[in-house]
Amino acid sequence: MKAVCFVKSVPDTETRVRLTGNRLDKSEIKYILNPYCEFAVEEAVRKKEAGIVDEVLVISMGPSRAQEAIRSALAIGADRGVHIEDDNLDGSDAIVTARVLVEAFKKEGGLDNYQILLFGLRAIDGDTWSVPSMIAELLGIPAVTNIVKLDINGNKAIAIRMVEGGEEVFEVELPCVFAARKGLNEPRYPSLPSIMKAKKKPITRYTISDLGIPSDAVGKVGSFTEVLEYTLPPQRQAGKKVEGEPEQVVEELIKFLREVANII
Amino acid sequence: MRFELTEEQKMLKDMVRRFAEEQVKPRAKKIDEEGQIPRDIIEQLAELGLFGVHVPEEYGGSGMDYVSYAIVIEELSRACASTGVLVSAHTSLVVDPILKFGTEEQKRKYLVPLAKGEKIGAHAMTEPGAGTDVTSISTTARKEGDYYVINGVKHFITNGREADIFLVFAYTDKEKKHKGISAFIVERGTPGFTVGKLEHKLGIRGSSTAELIFEDCKVPASNLLGEEGQGFYIAMECYDGGRVGIAAQAVGIAQAAYEDSLEFAKTRVQFGQPIANFQAIQFKLADMVTLIEAARLLYLKAAWLKDQGIKSYYLYSAMAKLFASDVAMRVTREAIQIHGGYGYTTDYNVERYYRDAKITEIYEGTVEAQRLTIARAILKGI
Repeated sequence: MKAVCFVKSVPDTETRVRLTGNRLDKSEIKYILNPYCEFAVEEAVRKKEAGIVDEVLVISMGPSRAQEAIRSALAIGADRGVHIEDDNLDGSDAIVTARVLVEAFKKEGGLDNYQILLFGLRAIDGDTWSVPSMIAELLGIPAVTNIVKLDINGNKAIAIRMVEGGEEVFEVELPCVFAARKGLNEPRYPSLPSIMKAKKKPITRYTISDLGIPSDAVGKVGSFTEVLEYTLPPQRQAGKKVEGEPEQVVEELIKFLREVANII
Repeated sequence: MRFELTEEQKMLKDMVRRFAEEQVKPRAKKIDEEGQIPRDIIEQLAELGLFGVHVPEEYGGSGMDYVSYAIVIEELSRACASTGVLVSAHTSLVVDPILKFGTEEQKRKYLVPLAKGEKIGAHAMTEPGAGTDVTSISTTARKEGDYYVINGVKHFITNGREADIFLVFAYTDKEKKHKGISAFIVERGTPGFTVGKLEHKLGIRGSSTAELIFEDCKVPASNLLGEEGQGFYIAMECYDGGRVGIAAQAVGIAQAAYEDSLEFAKTRVQFGQPIANFQAIQFKLADMVTLIEAARLLYLKAAWLKDQGIKSYYLYSAMAKLFASDVAMRVTREAIQIHGGYGYTTDYNVERYYRDAKITEIYEGTVEAQRLTIARAILKGI
């Protein structure tokens, strides 16, 4: 059995977001492997170490920096990578991303080769939470998202999904999409020898024409949605202190809550 | 000219920072108070391949370079200076000389487990009567058949409590002065070799500093490192490389002190505003970050020169250590000043950084010895 992890390169959680006009200023952003994708890769590698899976492939779409995310996944223990890089892809939304990833996956043998499809539940930048389910839909296979446990038994998997106030236990037939959340596992620190090994592991590169995708099917033109502008969240205002006699203070406070804060 | 780390070096730095931040830093205060680095931290360091960063893979190492090793020391020391020096003394002063001077047999037997972190190394030169002047050691090694018999006392030996393998320096021929010193690989448990008392220190309290006693300790002749009489040169090479490690350690300590100070200055309110608004504090922070960056570039350059095999790198490692240890002292002193009374208490980490910084001016060559090295080198025209 083989596993594939779809991963994304995202800005580091400690990045200070800056804007140039209403666009993101990406010039000094440090990028990392999306932390949720790390859970996915860790899980796939553990399945390999347990002898359940014999290959872990990592697929990422994105500019050249996506390669660093792939390397990070390879350092955790994945076997090889696929990097889809093409200038035309800039501005692609979630559904276009899902379609491109599916084509790359098919190029690697698709469902004939890979039975476990792992994702991070969400990417911490775009935060659409949608690509895993979209890919499942495009491939016509089930998806269990938000999982904290995954057991593979032959052709079947038991996955535990977190829902509000409890857990749902799913038994699904493979192939299946699984989207990992925090708690699925504790990702390892990649050891130095693993980092060095990752350097030697192969990364296959595809452009959209390699995947037979026309350029007008991707990017801004091919997308249903478009990001019009970015704005920073409003700056936190300094607190307001109400002073005086209790009766007076209460009155003022109620007035504030009613007229300024619009809470009551 | 490129000031960028390689992709692997960046990954390494990220990994070590994350590991140190999550696993070591939260325990640094306890390590200082209890005077001991927990075994499980040492085991994790070993699993991550941090005990043989620059050792080739065929000898159990991680196959990276000296720049990578120095980065590891900075990042570990930023979290805990004691943990930093455990790895530094092990690598620069034991692993490196065996890698360079060891026979194939010695490498298989000792370098492999050391590089994997299955065994810890300690370097034994210093004696009660021999500090900077290593030629005044009185430990002797007398050849008897297939053995050397070692007698003498070493003290201030870093890693003495944790180490399994000791690189011991002794006179095989006192007449020949420094050309009569030889280096021996001695295993813990060898009859006649005992680890004595531990020192109580101002700083790096988690790092052990032990006395070693050799009484007719018989060591196989095959454990002679290099040749008879080569010990002094081996030691000097150790310290040239070690200084890069200590410079990196000093930068790590200073970096931690600076980061704490920056955070404190932004949140500490006096006269109705954060003290970071005051120019007196701003200037201190500006000086700190500038000094740290300069010291970092200097140790990275020294490490890079060593990786290039450029012999005169020792001049740069001396400058790096001299400068970085001074930076660590200045930055940690100002860090306490920024913290005011709080900084003088053990509720904050800056007092520990201050205590930890001092040793970087002393061990692996005092700042005075560094100045001598630098002066002699430039007068020779290097």
